Amino acid sequence: MLKVEIEKNYGTFHLQVDFQAERETLALLGASGCGKSLTLKCIAGIERPDRGRIVLDGRVLFDSAAKVCLPPQKRRVGYLFQQYALFPHMTAEQNIAAGMSRESSRDQRRRRTEELMARLRLEDCAGKRPRQLSGGQQQRVALARILAAEPQVILLDEPFSALDSHLKWQLELELRKLLSSFEGTVLWVSHDRGEVFRNCSRVCVLDHGRSSPVMEMETLMNAPGTVSAARLSGCRNLAEASPAGEGQVQVPAWGATLRCDAPWRAGVTHVGIRSRHIRPAAAGTENTLSCRVVQVWRDVDADMLVLRPEGGLGEMLYMEVPKGKVPSEDCLTVALPPEHLLLLS
Amino acid sequence: MDWYPLFNSLRIAAIATAVIFFTGIFFAYYIAKLPPLWKGLLDVVMTLPLVLPPTVVGYLLLRLLGPTRPLGALMLDLFDVKMVMTWWSAVFATVVVSFPLMYRTARGAFESFDPDLAYAAQTLGRSNTWIFWRVRMPCCRQGILAGTVLAFARALGEYGATSMIAGYTPGRTATISTTVYQLWRTNNDALAFRWVLVNIAISTIVLMAVNLLERRNRTRRKEAAAC
Repeated sequence: MLKVEIEKNYGTFHLQVDFQAERETLALLGASGCGKSLTLKCIAGIERPDRGRIVLDGRVLFDSAAKVCLPPQKRRVGYLFQQYALFPHMTAEQNIAAGMSRESSRDQRRRRTEELMARLRLEDCAGKRPRQLSGGQQQRVALARILAAEPQVILLDEPFSALDSHLKWQLELELRKLLSSFEGTVLWVSHDRGEVFRNCSRVCVLDHGRSSPVMEMETLMNAPGTVSAARLSGCRNLAEASPAGEGQVQVPAWGATLRCDAPWRAGVTHVGIRSRHIRPAAAGTENTLSCRVVQVWRDVDADMLVLRPEGGLGEMLYMEVPKGKVPSEDCLTVALPPEHLLLLS
Repeated sequence: MDWYPLFNSLRIAAIATAVIFFTGIFFAYYIAKLPPLWKGLLDVVMTLPLVLPPTVVGYLLLRLLGPTRPLGALMLDLFDVKMVMTWWSAVFATVVVSFPLMYRTARGAFESFDPDLAYAAQTLGRSNTWIFWRVRMPCCRQGILAGTVLAFARALGEYGATSMIAGYTPGRTATISTTVYQLWRTNNDALAFRWVLVNIAISTIVLMAVNLLERRNRTRRKEAAAC
């Protein structure tokens, strides 16, 4: 279990994160520059927080009140850097051996290195330098090096950002398999909602250095709660809203008053709806908007309509339609189903 | 032809380079880590000998080490050692004059070192000493080697400060550069020219070594970029 509760001022940037991860793969989701990497560096002991506590499996790694700050060497935190940080002058084998405790004998180290190389299918890379390896192989060497140090927690900093996209899904499956045999906590930092959705069960959203409470991945998709979480979860349609009584909200940007299944709560400022939840209006549906089709945006798996609600403030609505279902009309009446409207603060 | 000046020059340059190698790396490593204000200030002090005329360096050294000056008098009193006008007095001059070359090249190498490599090693449990010798130094090897060679070349060619602090005594403090000047002054043109050729030959070899190092560095970087 990893408990993190820290604050740090970094120039004008203020980091304030508070979360707890069990023996699970927890996602830290945030846009770039929101403090994800800084959080990982504080946990690993590379950066020192101004205030707070970090506790790993009952071991205090950092406690500002008790003046405890273990050096990175003593924390047993495995850190997979974005660019993997392999030692360029060492072979893959030497890199992996570099992760091993100096207390074990040379023989033990060699045996364990061979074991890890077999487990990560790196036998053919043993004698090669990092620059001679593919991106995926480099990642595996870096992981083997981390596992060699026997960490209690593994931090993955955007593990696929250094790789070409056509390789990613395969490597993602491999990484998942590897991590499933790891018994400690894994923190998976990413800005890619798909990546964390596929690989993590719970998520902590970071926005401008602030963390929100840890939630289930499903909750992030169904009821993200905040505007930033909704945006990170891929919700494209967001607009300011105010209560209009009897389960209704008024949305001036779209020029509409909409019925919403979710109950209004204090602090709500915005309403949101995912592009795939907007439908062409059928007879008798509620929450309809008549829109002008401004643009059709053809994508690989589906098409996106860019709509301007008539009577709105000129803000666009994005609506996903299946391939080949792009309407030919310039005007379209769409429905925003009340069960899919998200109320956000 | 008496080869003493060549031997003396090489001896002085070698000792000076050995001293500069460690002090240069030491200062480069610690100054690279300082906050900007201190870094800027110390950087100026460390680099000053590079831009000062060697005679000014020689003058300052004489003020410090001369027999009636503070440090010089102290050494004379305590150990009965004269700090100037001996062959090794030239080591002081060459160390001061060549030091900035090593310091600056090594600092440049340390600053372009990817800090993530050191962080990664720390999280793997490796000691800072291990990281310095097994990661940082090998990664900065090219820069440090280039700095060493440059410093050696500069030390070998030092004239101004050397002539002030060590003078010219044939067979005792004579170096190649002071010998060339002395031979020219005494109209021994033929011999002066021979020493000039010797000097050019040595300097050419040293500079070729620097170029070779740089080229190797560049092809390596190119390889890395291509992969």
